[in-house]
Amino acid sequence: MEISRSQLQDKNLKTQEITINMGPQHPSTHGVYRCVLTLDGENVTNLENVMGYLHRGMEKLAEDRTYTQFIPYTDRLDYLAAALNNIGYVETVEKLLDIEIPERVEYIRVIVSELQRIASHMVYIGSYALDINGFTAWMYTFRDRERILDLFEMISGSRMTLNYPRIGGVSHDLTEEFIAGLRELLKDLPSCFDEYDGLITGNEIFQARSKGVGVLDAETAINYGISGPNLRASGYKFDLRKAEPYSIYDRFEFDIPIGENGDSFDRFVVRMEEMRQSLRIIEQALNDLPEGPIQAKVPKVIKPKAGEVYHQIEGAKGWLGYYLVSDGSTKPYRLHIHGPSFVNLGVYPEIAKGGNIQDAVVILASIDIVLGEVDR
Amino acid sequence: MDKLFVNAGAGLEQWMVSGLGLSSIITNLIMVVIQVAMILSFVLLNVLYLVYLERKLSAYWQQRLGPNRVGPRGLLQTTLDVIKLISKEDIVPQAADRKVFKLASIIVFIPAVMLYAVIPFGKDMIAVDLNMGVFYFIAISSTTTIAFLMAGWGSNNKYSLIGGMRAVAQMVSYEIPFVFSILGVIMLTGSLRMSDIVAAQNDVWFIVLQPVAFLIFFIAGTAELNRAPFDLPEGEQELVAGATTEYSGMRWALFFLAEYANLIAMSALAVTLFLGGPAGPWAPSWIWFIVKVYIMIYVFMWMRWTFPRIRIDHLMHFNWKFLLPLSLANILVTGVGIKIYQWFIQ
Repeated sequence: MEISRSQLQDKNLKTQEITINMGPQHPSTHGVYRCVLTLDGENVTNLENVMGYLHRGMEKLAEDRTYTQFIPYTDRLDYLAAALNNIGYVETVEKLLDIEIPERVEYIRVIVSELQRIASHMVYIGSYALDINGFTAWMYTFRDRERILDLFEMISGSRMTLNYPRIGGVSHDLTEEFIAGLRELLKDLPSCFDEYDGLITGNEIFQARSKGVGVLDAETAINYGISGPNLRASGYKFDLRKAEPYSIYDRFEFDIPIGENGDSFDRFVVRMEEMRQSLRIIEQALNDLPEGPIQAKVPKVIKPKAGEVYHQIEGAKGWLGYYLVSDGSTKPYRLHIHGPSFVNLGVYPEIAKGGNIQDAVVILASIDIVLGEVDR
Repeated sequence: MDKLFVNAGAGLEQWMVSGLGLSSIITNLIMVVIQVAMILSFVLLNVLYLVYLERKLSAYWQQRLGPNRVGPRGLLQTTLDVIKLISKEDIVPQAADRKVFKLASIIVFIPAVMLYAVIPFGKDMIAVDLNMGVFYFIAISSTTTIAFLMAGWGSNNKYSLIGGMRAVAQMVSYEIPFVFSILGVIMLTGSLRMSDIVAAQNDVWFIVLQPVAFLIFFIAGTAELNRAPFDLPEGEQELVAGATTEYSGMRWALFFLAEYANLIAMSALAVTLFLGGPAGPWAPSWIWFIVKVYIMIYVFMWMRWTFPRIRIDHLMHFNWKFLLPLSLANILVTGVGIKIYQWFIQ
């Protein structure tokens, strides 16, 4: 029952579209993202992405670092999911070197990956809520994320920029303290998720703000190259962990949650469910955790044969891919990073057009971007 | 004890007439000045404490500590914040409409203080007991709208403009169910005088007789106050700070002060209309008044820190399609109820 603007318009009244700058300094652009909005009243008629405020030349930097030296740089890509970036990169180099990884390392990496996925999704849940002014929910998710970061600190000494995996292994073994803490966390987290559901998912206003907002159908999603939770929210069941199992993901039992309508609400709910599935994976991995070395035998100086390799993992925000070209020296000849945030951002203008300015904020929150990865 | 302030006031007046031999006109003038000063200090002290209270309460709800560095338990935090705000540079943007911009911050604060003229702080403790006190309250509180529009327009900032427009749309629309919900109470008392409304609640509070009206009043009141979930004119996530984006220092603080002053006034009105006013057993009436007002404020804050923000079109739909018909139905039911009651009595 929408009344079109032309019906309302008096012939003598002059109306004018306004152009408004959102970002790079704005409360809800999740970093230094900027977009130029054209508004008709409060309706978005056009939206233009402007990126590059956080460009550090990561890919070029890689060409001047040894393979090992680049691991900490990957922390700064998607800084909310540092472990996943690390692991993705390290696995790419291992694929290039063609080395066998000890069992225990694989399990540790799975545990850390899934913990990191939960931590990243928690920030998503919290910042989504914050973008519709649900400040309390933000504090709740950060309270629980803090415990995951504490665990990371135990094994790597760092909370966010982990720099934990090494080529062929991990830097430190899991301690008794870590395992005890993790078991306790696994026990507490389900009730925390229920708490988020009660505070956010079930909230009438939240649902009104999210349902039917920023609808992205599966076809458009695939055309834009959307991956990960955003694709699954559109109803397309595809998860790299199941479809092309890397590492040891084929050994675990977990479901792939999918959405129906591909709206912001589905994107939110899919991530809520994904956190629960990640818990299942961690539990299984922790129970099967074998003893053994935490470092494979790798040469002192890493000098892969000339060649190229592409490896992708299921990152917290979508497919995280690394394309690595080696010329036989100690430094990569070329490294390209396929960052899911960048791809996800591409579809943002498409789905934000025609909505309210408040919807635009919700949609930006729902597609989950991290500027470190967008600009690289 | 109950008449502490009333007796003190009467004593002072007596002393000025007989002791100092002043004429009654001058005495009256001095008394008005004292009353205004009392109200101003009441408002400002409460606001100062309310900001602290809100930060502490929100911290409690969000499982963090809140201000705890300045003074014991952070009690001096807001005092120092005010000092900071006063000492900040007064920036008026170059492109702003200077007169409108400067005037807006003053216009927003004046009605917020004027509201207190008709609020019964305790038994017989009302500055001006107008025979149309409720009407006065509504009329004065609705002028806040213009200040937001002026701020939004005068700033010459697009975010501010959208915020100002939202403020007008929202506050004007929600005024209607707000007034209609009060109408239920007025029908029961047959008077617009605050003291009559308080007296009429001697036997039973109007929240019992008018629960629907209270709910509508509470929701529309929140919207009138621009507090979450209806804080669209501020709309931090999309409009940075809405109408007040360009304001800084003490000018911004005036908007902030007005918001909290309005919050207290709205709670006081809710207490007067629905919660029996300052009446209560054992303790003096003015203590009851403060307790009840703070309970209302607590509920307002609780709501703010629980709910996310509503969208502008939902806001309008909710008002025109739900609150307004409901408030009209409430008036109808109240009218029929009064008639039936009168039947049985006679």
